[in-house]
Parts: sequence; C-alpha cells; structure tokens
Amino acid sequence: MYGRYIPRRPRRVLVLGSGALQIGQAGEFDYSGSQALKALREEGIYSILVNPNIATVQTDEDVADRVYLYPVNVEVVTQIIERDEVDGLLLSFGGQTALNCGLALHDAGILQRYGVRVLGTPIESIRDTEDRDLFVRRLKEIGVPTPRSVACSDRQSALEAAREIGFPVMLRAGFALGGKGSGIVDTPEQLESALHRVFSGGAGQVLVEECLRGWKEIEYEVVRDGRDNCITVCNMENVDPLGIHTGESIVVAPSQTLDDAEYQLLRSVAIRTIRHLNIVGECNIQYALDPRSRSYRVIEVNARLSRSSALASKATGYPLAYVAAKLALGYALPDIPNGITRRTTAFFEPALDYIVCKMPRWDLTKFHGAVKQIGSEMKSVGEVMAIGRTFGESLQKALRMLDIGVHGLDPDAFEFEDLHAELRDATPRRIFAVARALGQGMDIEEVHRITRIDRWFLDALVPILEMRAHLKRTGLPTDAATLLKAKQLGFSDQAIDDLTGSARGSARRNRLSAGVRPTLARIDTTAAEFPAETNYLYSTYAAIRPELEPARRRKIVILGSGVYRIGSSVEFDWCCVSAAKAAARLGFYTIMVNYNPETVSTDYDVCDQLVFDEISLETVLDLCEREDPYGVVVSMGGQIPNNLAYRLHQAGVRVLGTSPTQIDRAEDRSKFSRLLDELGIDQPRWTLITDADDAEQAVAQLGGFPVLVRPSYVLSGAAMSVAHEPVQLRLILSRAKRVSPDHPVVVSKFETHAREFEIDAVADQGELVVWAISEHIENAGVHSGDATLVLPPQNMYVSTMRRMKRIAAQLARALEITGPFNVQFLAKHNAVKVIECNLRASRSFPFVSKVLGHNFAEEAMNRMLGIARPVRLESVDLDYIGVKSPMFSFSRLYGVDPMLGVEMASTGEVGCLGPDVHEALLQSLTATGFRAPERGVLLSLGPLADKFSFAEEARAIATELELPIYATPGTAEMLNEVGIPCTPVEKTDAAAVRVIDQGLVDLVINVPREYDSLGRPDGFAIRRRAVEAQVPLFTDLQLARALIEALRVKRGRSFQVKAWDEYLNRSAQAALRGRGPLAAR
Amino acid sequence: MTSGVSPGRVRLVLEDGSEFSGTGFGASSFCVAGEVVFNTGMTGYVEALTDPSYRGQILVLTYPLVGNYGVPAPRPPGSLEGPYESARIQPQALVVQSCSPHYSHHEARRSLGEWLAAEGVPGLSGVDTRTLTRILREHGTMRGWLFPDTMDFAEARVSAATVEMSAQVFRDVAPTQVVTYEGGRTRILLVDCGAKDQIVRSLLARGATVVRVPWYENLAALAQDVDGILIGNGPGDPQNLGSLAEQLRGLMDSFRGPIFGLCLGHQVLAMAVGARTYKLTYGHRGVNQPVQDLLSRRCYVTSQNHGYAVADQTLPRDWESWFVNINDGTNEGVRSRSRPHFSVQFHPEASPGPQDTGALFDEFLSLATSLSRR
Repeated sequence: MYGRYIPRRPRRVLVLGSGALQIGQAGEFDYSGSQALKALREEGIYSILVNPNIATVQTDEDVADRVYLYPVNVEVVTQIIERDEVDGLLLSFGGQTALNCGLALHDAGILQRYGVRVLGTPIESIRDTEDRDLFVRRLKEIGVPTPRSVACSDRQSALEAAREIGFPVMLRAGFALGGKGSGIVDTPEQLESALHRVFSGGAGQVLVEECLRGWKEIEYEVVRDGRDNCITVCNMENVDPLGIHTGESIVVAPSQTLDDAEYQLLRSVAIRTIRHLNIVGECNIQYALDPRSRSYRVIEVNARLSRSSALASKATGYPLAYVAAKLALGYALPDIPNGITRRTTAFFEPALDYIVCKMPRWDLTKFHGAVKQIGSEMKSVGEVMAIGRTFGESLQKALRMLDIGVHGLDPDAFEFEDLHAELRDATPRRIFAVARALGQGMDIEEVHRITRIDRWFLDALVPILEMRAHLKRTGLPTDAATLLKAKQLGFSDQAIDDLTGSARGSARRNRLSAGVRPTLARIDTTAAEFPAETNYLYSTYAAIRPELEPARRRKIVILGSGVYRIGSSVEFDWCCVSAAKAAARLGFYTIMVNYNPETVSTDYDVCDQLVFDEISLETVLDLCEREDPYGVVVSMGGQIPNNLAYRLHQAGVRVLGTSPTQIDRAEDRSKFSRLLDELGIDQPRWTLITDADDAEQAVAQLGGFPVLVRPSYVLSGAAMSVAHEPVQLRLILSRAKRVSPDHPVVVSKFETHAREFEIDAVADQGELVVWAISEHIENAGVHSGDATLVLPPQNMYVSTMRRMKRIAAQLARALEITGPFNVQFLAKHNAVKVIECNLRASRSFPFVSKVLGHNFAEEAMNRMLGIARPVRLESVDLDYIGVKSPMFSFSRLYGVDPMLGVEMASTGEVGCLGPDVHEALLQSLTATGFRAPERGVLLSLGPLADKFSFAEEARAIATELELPIYATPGTAEMLNEVGIPCTPVEKTDAAAVRVIDQGLVDLVINVPREYDSLGRPDGFAIRRRAVEAQVPLFTDLQLARALIEALRVKRGRSFQVKAWDEYLNRSAQAALRGRGPLAAR
Repeated sequence: MTSGVSPGRVRLVLEDGSEFSGTGFGASSFCVAGEVVFNTGMTGYVEALTDPSYRGQILVLTYPLVGNYGVPAPRPPGSLEGPYESARIQPQALVVQSCSPHYSHHEARRSLGEWLAAEGVPGLSGVDTRTLTRILREHGTMRGWLFPDTMDFAEARVSAATVEMSAQVFRDVAPTQVVTYEGGRTRILLVDCGAKDQIVRSLLARGATVVRVPWYENLAALAQDVDGILIGNGPGDPQNLGSLAEQLRGLMDSFRGPIFGLCLGHQVLAMAVGARTYKLTYGHRGVNQPVQDLLSRRCYVTSQNHGYAVADQTLPRDWESWFVNINDGTNEGVRSRSRPHFSVQFHPEASPGPQDTGALFDEFLSLATSLSRR
C-alpha cells in the first residue's frame, strides 16, 4: 500500500514448537505454529521447525521446509541453529515451552553467539511479562493497577499486610501446588488462625493478596506492529467470575455484560500496556473488573500466542497467529490483507454478529482420587466452541459438543448430593447445578450470591428451562412457531424427543414438515458490512436467508474429531487435515465439520467450506440435505464420527470407505467375536454378563481372575477396570450402575505378562495396501494410548510379524475394508490374539506415517475415493527407529495416583527418531520432561519376580551409571542379596518422600505390587511426591528396563540432531542399495 | 406510555419491497418512516441512540443481543452526563435481533425497552438483522416503514411519521440558545448542528471552556471571544447546510485560531473551501472503522457514523487529504497546508467506540492556546 517496512529480512527462520499436548498446553499450538509456518513460506523464507509432537499438522512435509522431531531444549536448538545457519527465531508460537526455551537460549548467550535475531516481541518484553515483580513495576510506570500482593514470612508482617490491603484478603501459601493452601480470609481472627496453620504446616512464606472474589474476568487479544499500530481483535468474558482459571471457565465472546465505557476503558488500557511493554505481534491481557464499579486490575499479559488467541481467531475469523508471524517479519498491519474478506486489511477490529460460547471439557472422573473442584489451576483437557445467534443456541450447542452424554442444559443430568455446595465450590458440573437450582425455583439473586455468576447469564438460562418445562408439559410440538422457538433456544431434535417422550426422529420429522430448518450463516469479521470471500460458516435457527449457494463441484464432507479428551486429540485432527488435503488434490470440494477451536482442521483455509458446528446425526443430516455431497468421511476423526456411521448409512447418506455394516460388525463385541472364530483367529476369552449375580460363575468359565470388566453402555467416565478377586469385581459391577440385558457388561480374561503389538494399515476393497507394526515396550495391561511404541519392532520374531500381517489381511478381506484400520494384538509365548480392531484411523496413524515417510491418512482417503496408485513401502527394515512416548499431566491433577492401567491417562504424546532405539527412546522421554539422573535413583519394586528381573539394570545403575541407589526395604533386601550396594529407605511415606525432597534422587522407579488393592496401590506418596517435585517417575518395569539400558548404552556419548527428511532419505538410499523392501503385496 | 412491552407483531418494509416482521417493544403506538441504516458496534446502544446524527433514521444493530447492560437513570434536564449524548432518543426506531428483557449492570436503572417506551420510540426485535444488513449493503441504504401488523402498508405509507431531512432537521437537533460551559481559560466555540455531548465533555476534560451555539447564529460575532472553533457532527446531507458553509468561509479568512471539523462539521468545512460531498452507498456506522494518517502512516481504529463523504480529489490546492479509510479508501480527514484548519470524518470523542484519536483534541486545544490573541 504505502511501502513496506521490513527492517532486515531473515533468511532462515526457526520456529519452536510446543511439544506434547498436556493440560494447559494443547492443540492450539499446532494451529498457531502452522499459521506461522504458512506466513514464512509465503515470504519465501526457509522455515525450520523443531517439535517432538509427531501427531501435529505443523510437522508435516508440506508445512515447514525442514522438521526436527526433537525435544525443544537448548541443547537441540543450539545444534539446529548451528547446522542450519538459522538467523531468525520465532518464540511465540509454541506456548510456554517455546518461550522458556527462547529465554534460556538468550541467557546462555547462544542467540548472540550465532547472531540469531528473535523476531517479533523482544526478549526484554517477554521477560517483563514473565517475571511477576518486573511486570508489576512496568505497569506501575504507566499507572495501570495490578492486584496487590505482599510476600510475608512471618505472622506479624502478614497481619500488617492484610490490614493495609483491607479485608477480605486472599491468602496463598507460597508456591503451593494445586492451589492447595490458598483461601479467602474475611477477618483478622480468621487470618490469625489461618496463618498459624500455614506456618506450622511448614510453609516458609505466604502471599497476602487483594481479594478480587466475584470480579468479572475479561480478556482482550491485542495485536501491535513494529510501527506502533495497535488493535484489539476480540474481547471475551468469563461466565465464571474470577477465581476459576480462564481455561476452566465457560467463556463468551464478545463480552455480554460490559457497557461501552467499560469495553473501551479496558481496550484503551490494553493498548497502552502493550505499547509500553513494546510487544510486537500478538498478546493476551487479562483483567479483573469490579461488577459494582469501574475499578479494574490487570492480572497478566501473555506475550505469545495462547489458548485464548486460538479461540479468538476461531471466534472472529481473524487469523491472529498468521498476522503475528507477518508482523514479526516486519510487516505493518495495514499491509496485510484480511484473508476473510480479501478486500480489507489486517488493521481492523472484527465486528461479531453472533455469540460464541467456549466450554472446557474435563476428564477428572478418569482419574481415581482427583480433586473434583475446579479453581485457579487448569485441569481441563480440551474445549469446545459453539456459535449461535442467541445465548441459548450457543450454550446448548456447546454442552452437547462436550460429548458427555447430555443433550443440552439438562438440570437432571446429574445427581447432586448437596446442591448448595455444588454451587459454591465449582466442579465441572456447576452449570448443571445452576440449572437445577433455578429449575427448583431458587431465586436468581440467591444463585448469584452463591456463584457470583453475573445475573445476566443466569437470567438468560431461564427461557431455556421454561421451554424444557413447556415441552415436557405439552408434548411433541407440531407447529412451526414452537419448534422454531425451541430450536432458537438451542434444543436438539433428540432433546425434544426425549423431553416429550417421543420416539427417536419425531421432532425431526415434525420440524422438517413444518419447514423449520437451520441456516448456514457466515463468519465474516465485519458483521456483513463487507462481502466475504471465505466459506467459514455456522448454523443457526435465527437467520432467514442462506448466504451461499450449495457448491456445484463434487463435494465430500469430512467429520472432524470434536472435543479433545483423553484418548482423542491432535492425532485425529492430523488425519482429518490430511484427508481434506488429499481430497482437495483430487479435485473434490471439501467440507469440514468440526467444533474444536484448538485444531488446524477448523482453519478456514484448510478446506473449501468450514462448518463450525456440532458433529451429530442431526447436524450432519441437515448438512447433507442441503449440500447433497458425494459422500461423508467418518473414519478420520476418531470415535465421535465413527459412531455416526451406521445411523448415517441408515438415513441414506453415502459413507465413504468401509461399509457401515462392516464397521458395526467390528464394533459389536459379539459379532466381531463370531467373525474371529469363523476366521480361526485367536482372541482372549470373554463373556457377556447381564446379571451381576452371574459374574463369578462367568469368571470361572473364563479361567479365573484377573478379568477385564467393561460396561458396554459407556457414558463418559464409566470405564474399564481390572478385577483380581470377587470383592473387587462386585464393586466394579455396582459402579457400572445398571447391569441388565439392555446394558450388558463385557468380562474378558486379562492376560498378564503378555506383549502387545498393533498394526496400522490401509486397505482397498479388502486388500491390504500399506501396513506398519509397532511394538509396545510395556507389557499388556497398559492402555495402548499410554504405552511407549517402537517402530519398527525390535524384539519380535519374524514369524510373529508374518502372523500379524496375515491376520490383518484376513480381517481386511472379511470386513471388505476400504480405508484406514488398526488391529491390536496380544502375544504371549507363541500365541497371537486379537484384542480389538477399529475400522478407522487410529491414534498412531500420524506416528507410523511420519516414521515411514508415507501418509497413511492420505493413502486411505485416496483409496476411499477410488484412487489406487501402486505403493512400495518399507515398514520393517529401516535404518532408524521411531519411538512414541506418552505425556502425562499428573502434576496438574492434585490427588491423582500417577499409575498406568487399562484406562488411558496420558494427555498427549511425542515421537522421536534416532539411529537406534536407545537414542530414540531417550529423545522422546526427554521431550516428555525426562532428565537423565545425575544424583541418585530411588528404587521401589513390586513383586519378587519384578525385583529380580530388574537386578541387572540395578547393577548397571550402580556400576556403570555410578549412581547411588536408594531402595525401599524389600527391594533393598533383594539388592543386597545379589550384591548391589544401596541405601535402604524406610517404606514409610515420610522417609521415602524425604529422599526426594532432599534432592538425593532425580529418578524414581516405583513399580507397585501389581493389582493389589482397591484403592491406591502402595507407594502412592512416593509417586505423587516424585510427580510434584518433577522428578522423572517410571512405574512400568519394562519401560524402566529399557530406560536403564538406553542410559547405559548412551552414557557419555553425545548425539547429533538430524532432520526428519535426512532420516527418510537415508532409508530411501538404503532401499536403493537393494535391501529387499518388504512392502505389502 | 410507561410499559416496556408493546403488544403484537411489527413490520418493517423497505423501499425495495423486502419485509421483516418481529415483535414490537418500546413505544406501543406508532408508525414511522426513515432511512434504514445499520451499525456494527457490539456495545454502545445508549450512546448511539442519543447521537443526533441518527435523527430521522431507523437504526439497525447488527449485534444480535442488545439491552444486556440496561440503561442508566435518566439524567436531569440540562445535564451533560454520559453515556447520554443528547437529551433524547434520536432515531425514529430501533431494530434488533433480540432485546434482553433482563439487564445486569451496576449503573442500570431500567431496561432498553422501558427507556424506548418512556421516550415514545418503537423497537422491533426478532429480526434477522444480518440478512437485513446484507440487503442494505447490496442495495445501499433505503427508506423503510415500521408499523404494527394491524395496519396495512398503504396506510402506513401515508400516515408514517417522518423527519424532514432537508434544512429543518438541522434546526431540530441544534440547541435553541447559546450555552457556555465553563472549564478553563481556553475558550472554544462549538458550532452545534447536532453535536454529541461527548464533544463538550472531551473539551471540558481538557480544561477548556465551551461556548455551544446553534449553527445558524452569527458565528463571526461569537468568534470574537474564543480561541478555537469546532464544528460538530450532525445528521443529514451537508449540502443542506450551505449557509453554514458560507459563514465558515468568512471565518476562515477572519479568524486567527484553529478551526476543527468533526463528521458533518468536516463535510461542511470541506464544502466551505469548495470541495464536493457525495452520498456513500451504505455509510460507515460502527466502532471499528480503520483510518490511516497519510503523513505519519499511523493507523487508528475509529468510531464513525456518517452517510456522506468528502470527495477529496475536489479539494483546492492548498488543502490536502489527511486521513483515509483503510477499508474502502474514502476520505477521512482533510487539512489546510497553510493554516490551522483541519477536519476529520470520524469521531475522536468516541462514545461509543475506541478512544484512539482523542489526542486530536489535545492538538486542537494546544493550537488554540498558542495562537490565542485574547
């Protein structure tokens, strides 16, 4: 426009990724990193990415010029900077991990030594926002208030501080974990007694802080360029007031209860602050706003892309990460075109004409012992975003999107023992408790007094509850007016059916015959002021005219993965994005349906048409009716779309790939079992029980305990468990609530000491096309999502491998598979048994695809669309090894036992490559937070057999790693017996924990006596303390052995980083040298 | 009329025959007509509804949830208190997707519906305002009639209350007499053809005294006693303010201090130096209008409310374009190359909207002070 302001253009830019998904740092960084890389590519700048998160889109071949699948740490990054001649660094697209690494690189003088420039926000500004004292001081310079906080180390100073700040005050025990030891104190007397407790409990310091209880929590996303042009892209209001982490809150955008003066006040402060801090790019500023005055406090500034910025990008259509990357390269805002309208620029503030509702998804019930309350610490594992024209439409959509088995704002969805307590101490179910309270006639004022949720939000729930009551009372509506009103308030067809006691499908039938249909409306950033060129859409019942004609090209609809939860996250998003790209390459018009703001698939330029909406039978049928697509893809997004396959098929929709009848055959336990029997494939013995009293007899038939129990009617949370004896079995069955012919429970023989393998494959009309077998390091019994995978397998007979391949081929043929599938195997001695088979892309698809350099999801999509190109894929004889490790977030979940079992507990994963399994394992463990021990190792091994089988490793620790061993009594005894020196530690919690606390050990290997109690297996305190002190913890014997072996082999040897393409080339060269490829067919 | 609820269905018919119907709120007996315009701001309905620039128009808000934070207590007569921008609701009617019956804000004393009812202004809710906006965007702003369902269109067409938008509207929105607000040594003449109160508040807050005069007064006489002249915003077509342009032409020769035009004032000032104005297809109404200072290249987000613009290619030689709208390239400000005369199309006083360009008042006042001959 008026010339570009580009200071010194970098040539080779390194982007730091965020690593594994964990609580507080999730898929949003795949989105922001991908956008940054796209911006670099457009500029013709050589882009390099380091990220061990192998399941991300950003680590794909066509996103960055070069990818390093390595942990993001100083050692690795320094090597990359040197060998790739990096001259520019982007720190703000990989979350806290990248930011911390950037600060460490700066402090170590590496950036200066290699002449690497940090692009965008300078290091000093990052420091100003990260260091609390500096931050408060910098804001004070421009008169912007922050919450007052005084650190006190004795009672007297704490009392004085409280008097000065004024009661009530917030008291925090310094550096407490899990918000433990914080609380609100109303009077000096209460403070006295609280201080007594805190100091006598051993805390050395308390923080006395201004109490902002009940204040509104507001966020702004701010963008500033190097020429000091500054805008706020979006503001957001937390429905849950201050005290609940914004990642744990229901959030709406834009703010709903701020008047213009408040909106502009906070906007102006945001701009003033960001200018003062000299941020270039994107940042987020959080406020507390007094609901009774216009007082405010700045809580924090995040000088990087964040979860909120991903949300704001999706909520407004403003591509924050892309723009931030361009600004870091020196562009000014008005020089960057607005990608949505393609006629305006990035210098503008989006005007929304809809309301966005974000809701977190928790999986706390998956963790035994987890504290259920939510608060200032983040515990949620995913989030959903709903868009509508009314609050009810957004809210009820969001509640359904959570996929927790509710059909909207159902006051009766949960049982509350103490409703008042549920309102006061927020849990993931609070919104339902609020609905219950209002439904029972509790006064809005009263609910407001207890929850501090703004009255406007509470009032807005009332019409929803009234409509519920109306539907219940009057039965299935037939008139358009009532149906339309219910739909505008966000009721799903199924909710209307349920409320009116009608047969499934009744509401839909009435609705369609009354002509009540949703309309697809555009998200255009300008509230219709300018025509938009991009098809970013949501559905609403409050619009009357569709905004775009159904496309004429041949269309396919890809159903996304929905909400991230334990067991389903970024890997399925990768599959969907790969599928969309593949279909687009084949000339199809691609329609993506998804509602997860943390994903790349919901980036509006990944597909031709993005429908940001629910993935349900209702919405997909409405969409298909409107668009009449060639077919729908259900096999890429994990279980949510997969579950729709059969019903879509019944409704006459063409499901691409394997027939839904066959999908049903694989999903239905009995049918699948019969199939295996017919094919002569072995499986663990199992039985269905429909009456709890028959349980023990059934177990006897299976060959006795232990058994795996899995309720077939799985509501979120009700889960698999292992029973070792009758009492435990009864307890599990009673927890499963109902056991009846309609809700049978599957009980199967639980195999111990068996190995586990899985095969990921793509088939075409029943013929295997590509396949890869991965090996689990852990023995069977650890959920496959928590297992450490090795590809290609290192400890496997060729005959076993052939057998597994043959079984996969048999299944492919029998189920007439076209598309992706995954089979899990148990191997014990010479027997191979099939545990399960999923006719969809699996969690390990991106891992095997990237290790082998062949995109399985793309291959599957091509095959489903009838494109068959010959493939030669080597998946066994590689010159390198890939290892995938799980990432756990136990430290975030106070009270949870960091143990592995049949229920998945990991929140993310990483995958690293190495020339041998040892290096790949160490790199991938490092990427999940592991540090090689330097001080000592605490050993606490379980059963005698385990103790002895670890003897060699223990000896290696003592003699080769030369580390002192501390051991609990039984283990110490064994070690002494075999002549390995160690320091015995009493098994009492206190003694073992002390060893950790005193820093004597920096590795804990605690293999609990297997399956020995109903509650927490022994050693809980040791495990918990290790997690909290961030000392690496290993609870699986096989993994511990692999680790010690790797440490032993690699001891004193440094490693050379190698880019992904370098690894792949090597294997290609190897193939050229004539090593017989062992590809399928 | 005190009730916030008005019975029955209400229709809005546009010139091109498009029709929208919904639920009425606010005033219960009415039949009005006016130019239908849309505003894309997400907050600020109290400020917008009292902005005299909307006089005679039917205002459509694109944000679908309106009324959430209610309306503050009425202000005493003669008061300048915000968030009110004038003493009454200015548009003919308000059209929204939904109007919240409940409100929640520490300053709110009544609902939006109650306020509209108290002022006798009709509201229409339950309308797909996005579709309505798209029609206005594609066809340009149109005349519309808003009337109860019980009436037929032909009847509404003849009986609808309208505002005479040529010359009379400017007399309607102007003050009836000269009012002086004491604020400090520097004295500013505010030429009022529908100026928002926030302009006065902005000057007072910066320590100036404001002499607020109706635009048709003898400005030359009043200018004797002031250090700067500010021509405020207002409704309608600037072409109908020829007499004011005439007066300004005279003042530009005689007055030594700075002359600053805002919005309508900007258009009239440009007319006074011979530039042409024209009607935009659907105007700029919102709080997110991006403008760029052509000299410094700095960009600002501004609050705007106008349907006419200055054709900057018709400016005389000693005048230059100052600001440009980044979205559509239209002129957003002009200034004299030789004298302290300048004007902007947007609203630096904000209210509603961003406060990014408030510094223009500082510059204006510092010029007024430094050039003061008094």
